[in-house]
Amino acid sequence: MTPLRIPVETSTLSNGLRVVVSPDHSAPVATVGVYYQIGFRLEPRGRSGFAHLFEHMMFQGSENAGKMEHIKLINASGGILNGSTYHDITNYFEAVPSNALERILWLEADRMRALKVDDENLKNQRDVVKEEVRVNVLNQPYGGFPWLDLPPVAFRNWPNAHNFYGDFNDLDAANLDDVKSFFHTYYAPNNAVLLVLGDVDPAESFSLAKRYFESIPAGPRPPHVDATEPPQTEERRGEVPEKFGPLPAMAIGHRAPARGTPDWYAAGILDRALHGGRAGRIYRRLVLERQIAIEASGAINYSSGDLFDYNGPTLMITTIYHKPEYSSEQTIAAFEEIMGEIRDKGIDEDELRQIQVKFRSDFYSHLEGGMGAHMPRFGLMHYLACFTLFDNDPQLINSVLDKFLAVTPEQVRDVARKMLVPQQRSILIRRPVGKGGAQ
Amino acid sequence: MSSTIIETPKSGTTNVPPLGPERPVAWPKRTTRTLANGMQIVLVETHWVPKITAELFFRSGNAVTAARAPGLAEITASVVRTGTANRDSQTIEEHLRRMGADLGVSAGADTSAISISGLAESADGLLAMLDDLARHAAFPESEFERVRRQKLEDVRIERTTPAFIAAERLRHVLFGAHPYAIVAPSEAQVESYRREQLQEYYAAHYVPSDALLVIVGDFQTAAMLDLIENTFGEWSAPSPATPANPAPPVLRGRQVHFVHLPGSVQTDVLVGNRAITRLDPDWYRLGLANSIYGGAFNSRLVMNIREQKGYTYSPRSGVSALREYGYFTVHAAVRNDVVAATLTEMFYEMDRMRSLPVGEAELADARNYMTGVFSLGVATQDGMIGQLSTVYLNRLADDYLETYRERIRSLTSADVLAAARRHFDSANAQIVIVGDREQVGEQAALFGEMKQYDAQGNELS
Repeated sequence: MTPLRIPVETSTLSNGLRVVVSPDHSAPVATVGVYYQIGFRLEPRGRSGFAHLFEHMMFQGSENAGKMEHIKLINASGGILNGSTYHDITNYFEAVPSNALERILWLEADRMRALKVDDENLKNQRDVVKEEVRVNVLNQPYGGFPWLDLPPVAFRNWPNAHNFYGDFNDLDAANLDDVKSFFHTYYAPNNAVLLVLGDVDPAESFSLAKRYFESIPAGPRPPHVDATEPPQTEERRGEVPEKFGPLPAMAIGHRAPARGTPDWYAAGILDRALHGGRAGRIYRRLVLERQIAIEASGAINYSSGDLFDYNGPTLMITTIYHKPEYSSEQTIAAFEEIMGEIRDKGIDEDELRQIQVKFRSDFYSHLEGGMGAHMPRFGLMHYLACFTLFDNDPQLINSVLDKFLAVTPEQVRDVARKMLVPQQRSILIRRPVGKGGAQ
Repeated sequence: MSSTIIETPKSGTTNVPPLGPERPVAWPKRTTRTLANGMQIVLVETHWVPKITAELFFRSGNAVTAARAPGLAEITASVVRTGTANRDSQTIEEHLRRMGADLGVSAGADTSAISISGLAESADGLLAMLDDLARHAAFPESEFERVRRQKLEDVRIERTTPAFIAAERLRHVLFGAHPYAIVAPSEAQVESYRREQLQEYYAAHYVPSDALLVIVGDFQTAAMLDLIENTFGEWSAPSPATPANPAPPVLRGRQVHFVHLPGSVQTDVLVGNRAITRLDPDWYRLGLANSIYGGAFNSRLVMNIREQKGYTYSPRSGVSALREYGYFTVHAAVRNDVVAATLTEMFYEMDRMRSLPVGEAELADARNYMTGVFSLGVATQDGMIGQLSTVYLNRLADDYLETYRERIRSLTSADVLAAARRHFDSANAQIVIVGDREQVGEQAALFGEMKQYDAQGNELS
């Protein structure tokens, strides 16, 4: 087995901005990202959806690059860009021919320093976001399933349980003062990490980072928000009507362990035993053998991110689209049978070995790409950012895999006994309003 | 209109840093071979991760079966992985996991493909699996029935998905009696598949003389060539006949094809016309015109209906090339009260491209965008496979990768104008609207003679 060794160099500017550089000269392209430690979880009450709406505003104009100027300059440099909002982070990233590196850093610094937006920009992006919600949720079969449906059932604390895309009333209530306050609170350099990857020279990258970012003033530490969840002692259930799709569907969530704990590593393997593709126990039993389900899949942090990019209460989620001739209760019983088996017997050495080989292989692929054919090293950037912001240790990129590969069958069985407790699961059912299924 | 600066600016810099000197792109060294049985091989070494990705293409797909059994190539592909003469379904899936491998078997209009990606240390096993699936699929009866039910549910779900319904309707309109008209089978057609049809399709079309094998990743070329020869060298099978297809219709005048989806809270607007294949000399010119019109974030259509007007989240135009024909499309999912306004702007921007030369600055930006993004596409194994399969499936010139950027850089404003006039056929464009006719039917009817359908394709009165 050839271990992958990723070169990682780090530096912290005087304003607290962390800079992580990973050179790789295999192609003349650079990938750059700025990750802010703010996401759905910490958006203000009464302003559901604001973290995401704000992400849109970061493309609406900064001090020296007016509306669309940012996008135009990156496209015209031969690059592509995007941004996305997660539970605990919001990222902005670009892949460009490497001769555009300095221009990209200038642009990212410009919008970290100062946004320049007005009411018209805000109204425009509010409209755009509403169409985004319609196209992804309100006008799609199984829209928002399960990432928007399940948290309100599974969680009790607002940061974890609210509508992350935003109620339209809350989006309408958002104003420029909210934009200003959110920017001041969360978009300071000391609440972020800058990542520079690919065909770049580390010394030059640090020097450019210093030139463009170091004069941006640090901000106060963001206020602490208590996102802890009270203990769960009985199963929770919810139901949402499915307006378009013909099949009944359900999402089953079990609370995942906190990142970096021994249970987290074991849960990462347990999750792959249950969900890892067609060889995983759930797909095999429900789709291939018993043929109750048409489709079944899942993961830790499924449909919102992955195992590495969360830092708060999170679920291991299983989604099942089942045949209407089976009832929800029959489907849940078949699911619970699989949980029971793994609680009782765990997994054997052979199954563990297969899962660990696949885990390693998937990890490599994710580092190499992870966001389509034109965004090289997105996964590497993403994980370096999470390891920096959540664990304060970007070098974990080279060691985290070993801990998953060292998990034993006993640890998998033990974490299954802790996690897969029926009294601590949450079930969300999507029932078609048209023809419907058996009750 | 006053701007709000929400942080006191203290920047010392106001000028955009210029681009540095362009660094040369080392286009991948390809090794190509054709085995005695006709199988074409393309290899590229990349060593950043210890993995290899292999994709085995056969040059036929759903188009050759459309007349007798629409979607047959696709269900054949889906059943291939469920059992071979040597392994049952569970053994296949576990064996893949042991090699750290992902497998995909799929079919489009013109190709069927088996794609496998796994750890380089398992290269022999990955090739053996590819061979087993390409030559010895067993089509177990029970697996066929299971997959048939999955397909049935898949097409039911697809026909509740607005973007799918719109794309399906447009293909019907643009291609008429030609097989490209059909993108998915009806429920009744799925019910009528017989296992023997899958076996016949597999035997006739999964053949080496029609095959292209592209492998990218962490291997040594000489050893990989030996492995390929040992694995596939003995395989022989006759080539399938290529049927001639009916010509697609000549469409004159704008027409509206309205698919009624009751309760829609948004409307899908899709406009299109037939265009060209990748072999057409206009391909590069049209690509650049499309990029300026609506193919990039920084394009006119996105600026207009998203960034200025806020009608939509993800407007885009695109050029699609199938083997025999191509087509141009413009798509946006918009709020219900701006359907007519959206169509007006789509046509306005098309007509502007057809009437007025694009200025030098905008042209230069678009050329840079296209050449830059092209070079990003060689930095991952997936990207590389995509580029190589485009070249070799379409039988493009051997130096396509090396010369693409020069070709784009040489294009002028006159080229873009000519391509827009020829291929943005706004006067004869076909308009597909998917939405609730009670809410948006009147707006759609403003744009031409209107036919109405339900999501299953039945005509409504």
